[in-house]
Amino acid sequence: MTTAVRSKAAPTVSRTTLITAVLAAALVLCALLAAGVGAYRIPLGDILASAAHRLGLGGHALDRVPESVLWNVRLPRVVLALLVGGSLGCAGALMQGVFGNPLAEPAVIGVSSGGAVGAVACIVLGLDALGSWTVTAFAFASGLLTVFAVYLMARSGGRTEVVTLILTGVAVNAFCGALIGIFLFTADSAAISQVTFWQLGSLSQATWGKVLAVLPFALVGLAVAPLYARKLDLLALGERPARHLGVDVERMRLVLITVVALLTAAAVAVSGIIGFVGLVVPHLLRMLAGPGHRFLLPASALGGALVLVAADLAARTVAEPAELPLGVLTALIGSPFFFWLLRRTRTRQGGWA
Amino acid sequence: MRLRTPREVPERPSPGTELLTAEAVRLAVGGRALLDGASVRVAAGEVVALLGPNGAGKSTLLSVLAGDVRPDGGEVRLRGRPLAGYGAAELALHRALLPQSAALSFPFPADEVVRMGRAPWAGTAAATEDEAVVAEAMAATESAAFAGRPFTALSGGERARVALARVLAQRAPLLLLDEPTAALDLRHQELVLRVARARAAAGDGVVVVLHDLSLAAAYADRVVLLTAGATVADGPVAEVLRAPLLSEVYGHPVEVLPHPRTGVPLVLPERG
Repeated sequence: MTTAVRSKAAPTVSRTTLITAVLAAALVLCALLAAGVGAYRIPLGDILASAAHRLGLGGHALDRVPESVLWNVRLPRVVLALLVGGSLGCAGALMQGVFGNPLAEPAVIGVSSGGAVGAVACIVLGLDALGSWTVTAFAFASGLLTVFAVYLMARSGGRTEVVTLILTGVAVNAFCGALIGIFLFTADSAAISQVTFWQLGSLSQATWGKVLAVLPFALVGLAVAPLYARKLDLLALGERPARHLGVDVERMRLVLITVVALLTAAAVAVSGIIGFVGLVVPHLLRMLAGPGHRFLLPASALGGALVLVAADLAARTVAEPAELPLGVLTALIGSPFFFWLLRRTRTRQGGWA
Repeated sequence: MRLRTPREVPERPSPGTELLTAEAVRLAVGGRALLDGASVRVAAGEVVALLGPNGAGKSTLLSVLAGDVRPDGGEVRLRGRPLAGYGAAELALHRALLPQSAALSFPFPADEVVRMGRAPWAGTAAATEDEAVVAEAMAATESAAFAGRPFTALSGGERARVALARVLAQRAPLLLLDEPTAALDLRHQELVLRVARARAAAGDGVVVVLHDLSLAAAYADRVVLLTAGATVADGPVAEVLRAPLLSEVYGHPVEVLPHPRTGVPLVLPERG
């Protein structure tokens, strides 16, 4: 009996390891490709040589132009895509786990629309207290504020109910939409086009500074999330059974919503609104290797990073020399894909989940 | 993040000692009294059946006993200590609850679901027995055959058995079972109550909410009869399951007959 149960568990473990390894390898390849491809092509050998040179591992520096393109333009953008994608993917998996609902994504609790209010207010009112960082800082702060407003409003008697939380999020999202509308109504056309550009999502403004700004949030979020993997598995049983198994559900929810808010607010602040990565990536991985969060959380981070690095590469090369907005591209490809996923699941299992 | 401190594992209670006592529990929700003078106690090694008509407060009482809801009045003690003084993690080593309906948000395989029952023991010496305990629980509930199938793809009866296996795998000395037989056929109803008996024989205390009075008569040591949120009777099967009392509590004439072979009371509604 024991062996029967164990032998069933074993292949799943190697399957999850395999998928994680494939994702990691694909991510490295895609990142190298993205670093080399563009208006100015840099061969792979040169990239590796230059990287080795900078790390003090031999190699050699490139000529002035390719060296500058690689280190000041390409790499910050690739690394930023990696961090933003990883944050969004992991935040999506966390949200779905915390809410026990495959439809949850960070936008549900207002982090994106809240961030957008901050960014739009900043653009339209012409605020520049923090120089070029103003929009980023405002978007981050207002994204976080909105999430905690949603959480506090949904909380009553020391408990938050999932449905109340989602409905509060719906109301707050609508309110944020109205605020954005008011700002746009009063804005001049230059501000409107800047707002539109921001809302479509893009990594074209990537700098090492932005990478450093996102890095701490991404690292903390990605480090904390896996600590809750086992408890998120238990939460799939429902709140009450999870509590019966010793999980302090309310505390966990507060910690993880904070993590989601930090990951997403930081990502939105530097890149604008990039939809569907957080929703689709965890779904796809859950179908490939099951819903266990010890696999799902890190794999969603890797998968999100891979998708965003690839999508950003496509965004800047597909219609060269023009650049497609990244958020448009992810939603354009993500939505039909999600629809296909939905149909497939329905025909296979007769329903979702 | 808190570092996991090595947790103390509670000693198993010796048979006959009081595990849980609830005295004169009162609970009102939205101005409506759900419990008003409910009392129940369970000792190690016995099966207590919690009976009563729909809306009598059986499940609510079970929530109070499990520590989900703090009562407005009355006292609940687990192994002599007020229940409110236990933290979630500690409580998980003392009691397990089988909910009325088993749901799962994501399609975990059945054996993973059962393995979740071992979560409270992570980091203790008992964690080494995890696989053996899981296998034993699945065998006891006859659910090993679908160990690898997604829980969400199982039938209602199969889910109920997997959920029971998860609760058994938790190895808590106090088992609270909320209508464990509701989704099950005759054979599996008997199986579940035999499992409950076996746990009691092994020294656990079991509180089980039942609707089938004959089933309670056959398997319980003691019966607690609840109506309108209050305990109206508490005693051995033969004392509580009497026709006049049951007829009044259920609002329907009831006959109690001894089984012709075993003598165990059979409770039947009077039919025209």
